[in-house]
Amino acid sequence: MDLSTVILLLDSSVRLATPLLLACLAGLFSERAGIIDIGLEGKLLIAAFFSASAAAYTGNVWLGLLAGVAASMVFAGLHGLASITFRGNQLISGVAINFLAAGMTVVIGESWFALGGRTPQLEGAGRFHNITLPFAEAAQGVPFIGPIYHDLISGHSILVYVGFLMVPLTWWVLFRTRFGLRLRAVGENPAAVDTAGVSVVGMRFTAVLIAGVLCGIAGAYLATGLSAGFVKDMSAGRGFIALAALIFSKWRPWYALMACLLFGLLDATGSLFQNIQVAGISVPVQFMQALPYILTVVILAGFVGKAIPPKAGGTPYVKEQ
Amino acid sequence: MTVFTKLTGAAAALAVSATGALADPAIIFDLGGKFDRSFNEAAYNGAERWAEETDGSYREIELQSDAQREQAMRRLAEAGANPVVMAGFSQASSLEVVAPDYPDTTFVIIDGVVDAPNVRSVIFREEQGSYLVGMLAAMASETGTVGFVGGMDIPLISRFGCGYAQGVRAVDPDATIIQNMTGTTPAAWNDPVRGGELTRAQISQGADVVFAAAGGTGLGVLQTAEDEGIFGIGVDSNQNHLHPGSVLTSMVKRVDVAVYDAFSTPVDEIETGVHFFGLAENGVGYAVDEFNEELITEEMMAEVEAARDAIIAGEISVHNYSEDGTCPVE
Repeated sequence: MDLSTVILLLDSSVRLATPLLLACLAGLFSERAGIIDIGLEGKLLIAAFFSASAAAYTGNVWLGLLAGVAASMVFAGLHGLASITFRGNQLISGVAINFLAAGMTVVIGESWFALGGRTPQLEGAGRFHNITLPFAEAAQGVPFIGPIYHDLISGHSILVYVGFLMVPLTWWVLFRTRFGLRLRAVGENPAAVDTAGVSVVGMRFTAVLIAGVLCGIAGAYLATGLSAGFVKDMSAGRGFIALAALIFSKWRPWYALMACLLFGLLDATGSLFQNIQVAGISVPVQFMQALPYILTVVILAGFVGKAIPPKAGGTPYVKEQ
Repeated sequence: MTVFTKLTGAAAALAVSATGALADPAIIFDLGGKFDRSFNEAAYNGAERWAEETDGSYREIELQSDAQREQAMRRLAEAGANPVVMAGFSQASSLEVVAPDYPDTTFVIIDGVVDAPNVRSVIFREEQGSYLVGMLAAMASETGTVGFVGGMDIPLISRFGCGYAQGVRAVDPDATIIQNMTGTTPAAWNDPVRGGELTRAQISQGADVVFAAAGGTGLGVLQTAEDEGIFGIGVDSNQNHLHPGSVLTSMVKRVDVAVYDAFSTPVDEIETGVHFFGLAENGVGYAVDEFNEELITEEMMAEVEAARDAIIAGEISVHNYSEDGTCPVE
């Protein structure tokens, strides 16, 4: 395997890991505050749909991004309403969001565009195009570093960079600010936070809405960056893989980045190396395509160790009477 | 009042269909959905053309999952629809079970073969059409490397891939052909993101023309082809208009004609058995229209037309992958 193949593989991994990463960080905020979020998939999907629709109507991808984030936040608010205000079961509320998104996107899409739940193909300013970082062309000739900078680091959509910058930002917010301390405390011991005079409900809603924003960006990237339009069920289980990555990383931002890159790499490997010869026998395509899922199971079952979720996760907070 | 009229209308329709003389035809679309811009949409266009021309109405079911196939067939057959047209190879196994139970209903299956006295099986000679677009791909390629993105690793798709490869080699015996499949589940027909990734991978290996035979996934292939400045080749429907100037041509499969014929022929005159539609019957071909006429030069056109005539005359025989499960060229 030469350098250019490695770069190609990593380049593809980065693209495929970005939606996972954003969704994973969304889950991180929510679950660190004690709200389990299995509705990541649904929020991805609804954001993908509304971002593609708005971009198709207005021809402006930024308005699309805005619409996607707004839609995802509405769903996040719904999740908050059910599980914080009404103290409902967080898992059930998450499942409901997934179902709602899967059905709504197709029904609304069919009534708006009559394309079988698909949105029109986006063109020109209706999509996030790949941007070339400064000096990328000039650096291309430099051995080793040149191709890495030009082909791997440069030439992605802006949302990819946003996603990667979110990792240090998340770390900083959660572990270096007062807000972050309170947010984590709400997920571990809400009663203590309440005693200190901070609103548990307020903190949890903030966390859930932040998750909504991040899922919105992820969905918009899926529909307007990675592809050019919405297709029904296009999130294709990425929300759940993000959830797996979240557990894998034990609710820590930097590890989340590693976990998502690993899942991206597995996905990229499955599509890049379809016809591999091992010791003269060609490996069946089906095996290569199943490999990411097999490895997911192996990794989650064998290598994670003990993953301890935030202590108050899943339990609604009731003020002592 | 309107409800009442609708009810009487429905009752009248039922009464008519009960006599069997004026039964509505029906069509079952496969999992990609009827607006996949490809195979199912071609079938839909055929049905719509019939409805417009005859002012008739037809029933339709758009499958959402594999489990619904048999149920959908039985429901239409029991409701008196005749003929029932099934678009897609995946329907064959269910139809084998259902067809004997409804001997008075005529079934038409496209892309599959079911051996029953009341079934008409329509098979397209995809290898012939793919051969021609393969020739065009090889002539348009500057790198000598061309790509193929299939939906699933199944004989039907390999027929496309094998015909394509033979056409490429006929023009350029040294050409490299990269073949990839999208997935192993029905989701493989509707995953443009993965289609785009596969295309990027092929481009990095030098491909500058990529042929997609993967339903909705192909939209991602054609999109990426345009983004990266190479040629894509569409499939089933004429997809030249999707990205003018970037789609080299489309391997059209006249699924619409097959559906239209089935709908417009009186039910008792539909010939059952296996029917082949190749270049000679205009069942397959390559599309040239205002969106790609500048990409196809006169020399290319002349060469492909010559090959077309030769295939029809039997001077060139294009190997059919389904016959022995192998392909003479890799």
